Amino acid sequence: MTLTRPAAIETALGKELGEELDRIRADIIAARAADDARYIRTVIAAQRSLEAGGRAALAVSLFPPAWAAGTAMLAVAKILENMELGHNILHGQWDWMGDPAIHSATWEWDFLTPAEAWKHTHNHLHHTWTNVVDRDRDLGYVVFRMSGDQRWRPRHLAQPLYNFVLAPFFEWGIALYDLEPDAVAAGRKSWRSLAADLTGFLGKATRQLAKDYVLFPLLAGPSALPCLLGNLTANTVRNLWSHTIIFCGHFPGDVQTFTEEYIDGETRGQWYLRQIQGSANIEGGPLFHILSGNLGHQIEHHAFPDLPSNRYAEIAPRVRELCEKYGIPYVTGPLWRQYGSTWGRILRFAVPGK
Amino acid sequence: MPELLALASRLLDVASWLTSPLTPDDYLGLIDPLLGARFPVGRVTGVWPETPDAVTLALRPGRGWAGHRPGQYLPVGVEMDGVWQWRTYSLTSVPGRQDGLLTITVKVTPEGRVSPQLARRTPPGTVLRLVPAQGEFVLPDRLASRILLVTAGSGITPVMGMLRTLMSRRPPHPDVVLVHSAPCARDSIFGSELHAARRRLDWLDYVEHHTRPHGRLAPDDLARLCPDWPERETWACGPAALLDAVECHWGRAGLGERLHVERFQLDPVLPPDHDAASGGRVLFTHTGVEVTADAVTPLLVVGESAGVVMPYGCRRGICFGCLTPLRYGRVCDLRTGEVHDRAGQMIQTCVSAAAGPLALDA
Ligand code: FES
Repeated sequence: MTLTRPAAIETALGKELGEELDRIRADIIAARAADDARYIRTVIAAQRSLEAGGRAALAVSLFPPAWAAGTAMLAVAKILENMELGHNILHGQWDWMGDPAIHSATWEWDFLTPAEAWKHTHNHLHHTWTNVVDRDRDLGYVVFRMSGDQRWRPRHLAQPLYNFVLAPFFEWGIALYDLEPDAVAAGRKSWRSLAADLTGFLGKATRQLAKDYVLFPLLAGPSALPCLLGNLTANTVRNLWSHTIIFCGHFPGDVQTFTEEYIDGETRGQWYLRQIQGSANIEGGPLFHILSGNLGHQIEHHAFPDLPSNRYAEIAPRVRELCEKYGIPYVTGPLWRQYGSTWGRILRFAVPGK
Repeated sequence: MPELLALASRLLDVASWLTSPLTPDDYLGLIDPLLGARFPVGRVTGVWPETPDAVTLALRPGRGWAGHRPGQYLPVGVEMDGVWQWRTYSLTSVPGRQDGLLTITVKVTPEGRVSPQLARRTPPGTVLRLVPAQGEFVLPDRLASRILLVTAGSGITPVMGMLRTLMSRRPPHPDVVLVHSAPCARDSIFGSELHAARRRLDWLDYVEHHTRPHGRLAPDDLARLCPDWPERETWACGPAALLDAVECHWGRAGLGERLHVERFQLDPVLPPDHDAASGGRVLFTHTGVEVTADAVTPLLVVGESAGVVMPYGCRRGICFGCLTPLRYGRVCDLRTGEVHDRAGQMIQTCVSAAAGPLALDA
């Protein structure tokens, strides 16, 4: 579904909208203070404690309740680590604290792909070109067709299947995707830089895999096998969860995509507009938002990718009000609905047609 | 004991495979910040006034502390409104004290932000960030037999670290003359301690010069107070005017070799804010390139057009792919007008312009 920009917004309103959103941004920047810093440090402490607790319980996981508790703690720890910590810190949301321990330039996460590679494809390519067909590789991650403006190929018939397979192996998918093999094929990336990225990936992945699938199971002695299964389960749960949140934040049926001509000469207000129309929110309680890295507020995240995540909830009503004022659709709904809608889209564009 | 420490650090290396991508320190630091070595900290254990506007803080350093030499200074990070602010203060304690504590002495700058916080609103228990002690203004291993120390204001602080170290050593002691300048006796940091030391120690002479009645300390005063100054190895620390005068005086006597000075203000003195609108000179420290920038051109563009290779991504403030450390100076965020001037801060160069002279590590 490609959008033609409404004429009213094209002109004066686009400017006004831009100014209003800039004001929200400035308000939050001025308000950031000790409470925000305390928030992120609390999440970090909680995540590390959960991870330590989970590992300890899995070390004696021959005992079934220990297995269940350990796996659950580790899964939650990994979800927090990727979503509320990794994703948001790597966006520079906490750089303002001037804390080298919580900074986009130094943070590394528990994910197969190195932070540096991910920052390039995600922060730079995806967030700059949000939902622009042929520019935003996240629009279908090279393998899916998510818009009628993307050319249909026979392999897209199988995309419902790809999605089934991708979900539990999401971090593998992202790691491969971050290597940008498609860019090498298209001549936009050199073999040499692919080789360098590959080395970085292998180094990182070795450590991550050794930790979960060799070292901790070995340390667990007689509990080696349940420990390994616990780690595998935790990683899989994390992958399923992050895949769900990310797909539901970008691909429900009403989310718009854009052409390159459309963004030609885009103003700041129009940039905001594209971010808002190219994202979808997921409704839920505070715990849901923390576990989703506050990406349930995907619209606010895309408009303000570098504002601290704990502030999105307070920004959301203001953004929504502006959307109502200017007649901009604000795509939001509970998780089950966004999930169903995302699957609908995957199925719809698997076959040729607009 | 050293074998034990070596073993412990080997174990931590191995354990890092279990904590990857974090380090064992990140977990130890959760139990007690002092246990983490990755980002060394010190915990305030005591705070006491020295003069109406100078305060000493005692710190218990954590595992990451690597020690210091007498005379060195310490960059200290203080958290204020969620932001870590860094300032440097001289270490006034003897290295390797029995109780393991460090002391820094903070002179309060009334219009400052960090020193009043440190001096007045830092209760015991507060955790401060530390980085390794720095500076070449130190007591050498082989001491001269006669020494002159010249200080003014808070310039006494590094020298106090040296003197206390000498006092803690066994004889023989060098013959030391300390000439210290302060507005009046009440404002003389460590005044009573030094007077008492002079009465007790035959190798120390302490002279206070008060500027309220007598004006600034001048080289002529030094010649009067310490007639054998040319024969002494000299350390001087204080405001620039005093140091300039001393350097000039020693230089003229051909004794520049025997003079060691410490200037607190190492970075260029910046013009006040209202010059911001006109941009400034930008130095790229790694490449040595220096160019003039206006107040509206992003520093990324400034650097690139001068041939500096700079990191970048989106070029529009979204991706944080252009972060570059600010060495010193002031930059302005073109989107918000926010001014950043914290040394060491990472700057988004694609949306920041010069707001006065500055240096970037690129
Ligand atoms: S280049 Fe993307 S934020 Fe500066």
